[in-house]
Amino acid sequence: MPDYSQDVLRLHALRKSYNIGLPNETEVLHGIDLEIGRTDFAALIGPSGSGKSTLLNVIGLLDKPTAGELYLLGQPTSTMDDEARTTLRGNAIGFVFQFHHLIQAFTAIENVLMPLMLAHGKPSQPAIVHARALLAAVGLEKFAGTKPNQLSGGQQQRVAIARALITEPALLLADEPTGNLDTHTAAEVFDLFRRFNREFGCAVLLVTHDPRLSVACDRTINLVDGVIVSDALNKT
Amino acid sequence: MRRLRRLWTEWTIAVHFLREGRSQTAMIMVGVAVGVAVIVFVTALIEGLQSNIIERTLGTQAHIRLLPPDEVNQVLPAPAGTLQLLQEDKRAQRLRSINNWQQVSATLDLQPLLTAVSPVVSGPAFARRGAAFESVALVGIDVERYLQIIPLGNYIIAGQLRVGAGDAMIGKLLADELGLRVGDKLRLETGPLSNAVVNVAGIFQLGVRELDARYVYLDLKQTQSLLNLPGGVTVIDLRVADIFTAERIATQIARLTSLKAESWIATNSQLVSALTAQSMSTNMIIIFVALSVAFGIASVLSVSVVQRTREIGILRATGASRRQILRVFLIQGGIFGLLGSVFGVAVSYALVWVFNTFGPQLFYIPISGTLVVLAMLLATLTGLVAAAVPSRRAANLDPVVAIRYA
Repeated sequence: MPDYSQDVLRLHALRKSYNIGLPNETEVLHGIDLEIGRTDFAALIGPSGSGKSTLLNVIGLLDKPTAGELYLLGQPTSTMDDEARTTLRGNAIGFVFQFHHLIQAFTAIENVLMPLMLAHGKPSQPAIVHARALLAAVGLEKFAGTKPNQLSGGQQQRVAIARALITEPALLLADEPTGNLDTHTAAEVFDLFRRFNREFGCAVLLVTHDPRLSVACDRTINLVDGVIVSDALNKT
Repeated sequence: MRRLRRLWTEWTIAVHFLREGRSQTAMIMVGVAVGVAVIVFVTALIEGLQSNIIERTLGTQAHIRLLPPDEVNQVLPAPAGTLQLLQEDKRAQRLRSINNWQQVSATLDLQPLLTAVSPVVSGPAFARRGAAFESVALVGIDVERYLQIIPLGNYIIAGQLRVGAGDAMIGKLLADELGLRVGDKLRLETGPLSNAVVNVAGIFQLGVRELDARYVYLDLKQTQSLLNLPGGVTVIDLRVADIFTAERIATQIARLTSLKAESWIATNSQLVSALTAQSMSTNMIIIFVALSVAFGIASVLSVSVVQRTREIGILRATGASRRQILRVFLIQGGIFGLLGSVFGVAVSYALVWVFNTFGPQLFYIPISGTLVVLAMLLATLTGLVAAAVPSRRAANLDPVVAIRYA
């Protein structure tokens, strides 16, 4: 038995194809083997169309692999039904997307609480306190009751990060989280990821185009044409 | 428990979505409200009309009449192997009493399905005053029992409700025809040697031409002797609690007593079939209005699912299952139906009030609580059913695609 105690995530010979059975069937991921440790802070880089986002969606249990196995917190996921995948996703994974993706109908703090509400219903008092603390940690304690459309892009992205962290996930997935932010705001957001990685001990996997960002991570995984061509620790 | 707690979240999301799409929500609510108002108003109108017609009809009729069985010729069966040619004269149905009517009446008094039992003796006679005479129907009654069948007191327009000891009550048309007033004398003839002079104690107007021109109410005893049926009754009038069960009860009573039982449904078959046709057309209206309301809700929700594709994707990514998304949209459909029907019921109350106050005043429309509850249930259910298709589409959205949806 392999020892998963140190791994949040382990991919084994993972493949993903689209349009299966059609003439235009295409395989995007060609057998990926990858492990992410409990405290890793890794960047996933690669040219456009190399399969980064697909890989991230598969890891986040939003998409199912065509072949191979994905172990999340030691549990094999290929045989799970939607309900079980949803529960595991809610417990173990936090998402941050390129476009801050908040629900416009809810206030900032309600957005932060959303993963808890979806899993457990009406939020408890400690949960609300926790959400306030997270908003404070991203510097938005004053905007708890504000609707997303009255926040700037950087502020919205920070709300999204707080939301991703509310469930205290073991793994934080970020898809170009700074992609549409200016340099200064991007640096602030990146620092937040850093801080949460250190303070909460959650693994971070960050998809990015920006070489400055990937260099600042501890580890860089390079994906080209659906194959990992390099995976190395960055020199500090 | 856990599911119930999560339902709170789904409910909250649904309500927030509805509040955000305010103008859309308002418009479909108006649509549902109009539909429900039409359904409630039309149903109440028809219910009012029908109960008014039935009330008028049954106000002057017993629900069930028990009559002695028809007299028939008893034909001896032909022995086997012989051919029988039969020429038969149908027998004339002479006036005759119900056998053992006292026993029958006592048995019927114990039936819980019957609310009133009234033995009546009734037969033909001539009413004469001076040179004028009219053919009439004598009705001998036990007043106390008969009043439970027909509330004669409501129809008295002159004099008193009184029979017996030579007192009679006659209809208004007969009184006009013979020029009779309360206190006048009237001769009743039932044969060459059988007649009586009675005092007009009261004049009634039942509002049915045939009855007002022909009925003469007398005491049971006097009628029996006039009709030469001492101690007999010819009809037992019955009343039932639920008028629409009359036919079924009539069959039961007929089997119980071996008498002929005629329910008001059988004797007013034209009226009943007209009422049935009317109810059917009302139901058609209800079905089509409900259908158009359902399609309205379905189309609004379909548009909403498209508009919210990205948010659905985000919800999926932040831990919502397919079923939760399904329920979020089902709840929206249910809310459309429920809230719309609340407004609709309010509107229909207003319509009914206008009708009752400023309408033709021919009859009064009541709105029953059952109707209101049923209409709201129907609307809510329609909302849920209408939401089924769009909700399924929302639940089956691929979260990866949904999130990237611009």
